[in-house]
Amino acid sequence: MNLGAIARHRLFWPLVALVLLLVASALKSPAFLEVTVRDGHLFGGPVDILRRSSVLLLVALGMTLVIATRGIDLSVGAVMAIAGAVALSQIAASPDPGALSTVLLAMATALAVALAVGVFNGFLVAVVGIQPIVATLIFMTAGRGIAMLITGGQITTVTSAPYKTIASGYWLGLPVAALIAAFVFGVTALLTRRTALGVLIESVGINPSASRLAGVRARTIIWTVYVICAAFACIAGFIKSSDIMAADSNNAGLFIELDAILAVVIGGTSLAGGKFSLTGTLVGSLVITTLTLSITILGIPVNAVSLFKALVVIAVCLLQSPVVQHRMRSRRRRVAPVPVEVPA
Amino acid sequence: MVSRTFRTRAMAATVAALALGLAACGSSGSGDSSTDAASGGGDSGDLITVGFSQVGAESGWRAANTKSIQDTLTKDNGFDLKFSDAQQKQENQIQAIRSYIAQGVDYIAFSPVVESGWDAVLEEAKQANIPVILTDRAVDSEDTSLYKTFIGSDFVEEGKRIGEWVSDNLGTEPINVVELQGTTGSAPAIDRKQGFEDATKGNPNVKIIASQTGNFTRAEGKTVMEGFLQAYPDIDVVYAHNDDMGLGAIEAIEAAGKVPGKDIKIVSIDGVKDGMTALSEGKINYIVECNPLLGPDLADIIKTLQSGGTVEPRIVTHDDAFDQAAATAALPTRQY
Repeated sequence: MNLGAIARHRLFWPLVALVLLLVASALKSPAFLEVTVRDGHLFGGPVDILRRSSVLLLVALGMTLVIATRGIDLSVGAVMAIAGAVALSQIAASPDPGALSTVLLAMATALAVALAVGVFNGFLVAVVGIQPIVATLIFMTAGRGIAMLITGGQITTVTSAPYKTIASGYWLGLPVAALIAAFVFGVTALLTRRTALGVLIESVGINPSASRLAGVRARTIIWTVYVICAAFACIAGFIKSSDIMAADSNNAGLFIELDAILAVVIGGTSLAGGKFSLTGTLVGSLVITTLTLSITILGIPVNAVSLFKALVVIAVCLLQSPVVQHRMRSRRRRVAPVPVEVPA
Repeated sequence: MVSRTFRTRAMAATVAALALGLAACGSSGSGDSSTDAASGGGDSGDLITVGFSQVGAESGWRAANTKSIQDTLTKDNGFDLKFSDAQQKQENQIQAIRSYIAQGVDYIAFSPVVESGWDAVLEEAKQANIPVILTDRAVDSEDTSLYKTFIGSDFVEEGKRIGEWVSDNLGTEPINVVELQGTTGSAPAIDRKQGFEDATKGNPNVKIIASQTGNFTRAEGKTVMEGFLQAYPDIDVVYAHNDDMGLGAIEAIEAAGKVPGKDIKIVSIDGVKDGMTALSEGKINYIVECNPLLGPDLADIIKTLQSGGTVEPRIVTHDDAFDQAAATAALPTRQY
């Protein structure tokens, strides 16, 4: 592959941004990229990024599938809050918060509630035909209220070793949270790329009516992706609440729907539906997580944090856009009209 | 394929559900969920009618603050309290205050969400001759005649007390301090930073090597602390603007294989239950309290004004400070 083709790849600029952020952080703090073994597990900047990005990756994976059907799910942050609230209230109320059975039961309840939200969202979009942005807006606003009702407006704090493992535990030296996200990523990739599901989702996104006429059960597919999206958000909610061992209904997953959509877009999936890229979403999630972490490491002044984030995101999106890419290519050709230019 | 009748019914059901949902949103969004809407007007017997607009229910501190006010301004104590929760939105608070003015309450008290933008509505209250009392947070109005008094903690003083303790107890040798700031631009974040810097200025041993916002939440406190631990291998002290961020920092420090309270010392402000528990467990080293129990003081102020007396324009509440031993002793009897 020649350099031009690599530079034209839609993940080229996101990856450049990722590498630049890592290099800048490493220059500021040379120990950043060092991975050491501490207390029997890996420790270091890259491990932190993997662990931190798990929450966003889970949410963004579900979002990718929804967006591929031309939809959008704004309720993911609220679902995270609900998941944490349900699970932790149940653990806190149980006589034995440290027991594995208690934790599993609490998580099962929370997952059931999250699935119900997903079914509701899917019903509104697929059956009733309400626009996705409106349909999911209902739970985006109401969901946090429901979570607050469950926790009684308080931050519910628990002590439970099995639940803490989800975000802070390590298995084979690797963070459990990252392993969970990797597992979900693997399963999603298998289901969409090794079965017909991926093609069906894309066909529904490209043209729902045509796919229906061609015998694709568009309604079922759309309904399914909203349920999957809620389920993934629920797992993300577990990790987030386990991270601080508290259900903070006001702040858990606040604005994560926007970060998730951004991760999907940076990954090259079009908001117009159709073709989607799970690898792209993975890269997008890593870029955003690294960006957040590097702000602390680079010591960006508090007042400039939002601006710094915005500048990086704008730069990546601009460089990725077809118009800018085309301009850059034609200028390069004009500046150096060498006949040796090799076609891809 | 779903049958047409089912679809029509489903549609009707959804529309009904939507309408309900929107109605619910509307009522909570209006910011006026008064607990006692039936008795409008200030002449309900001998009771003093007080309209109180709370910021929201964002933290354990706030919950304790709300409870203190609701438990003190009771009918038994001679008050008729109209309480509303603004859900951290200024427009909700302004709306709530307007409705209190319309109802003709005797007094209005509120904790302003933000510092600016209150002149118009406070002017309306003044025109209606309703005295206004600020609790916990201040407004930046130049015209101080718009409110009778501002009761609450002195945030600068809190930061100063933390700074003095750090300087006296830990600053005997060179130490590196990292700061977890509150929400950017909020009065407590600005003042607590200021107070700490003032108090440690004279001690060359105390060096603030990094400062970043953790938004007063545990999750962000933890994320920022993880970054600090990566960037600065030699952190000695964490100064968190509230307990919740300090608790987040504890998690991050433990994950990095260090012992909070020993390898890295933690000082914070608030004194909420989880914070005090961590202090008594030795994971936090020093907490300056920010007293949320403003109810009794508020009741005293109103009674004084009612009997024709005057109050100071600024009333600072009494805040305690706790080290680990004091926390262990105080914990069993703490109200929040």
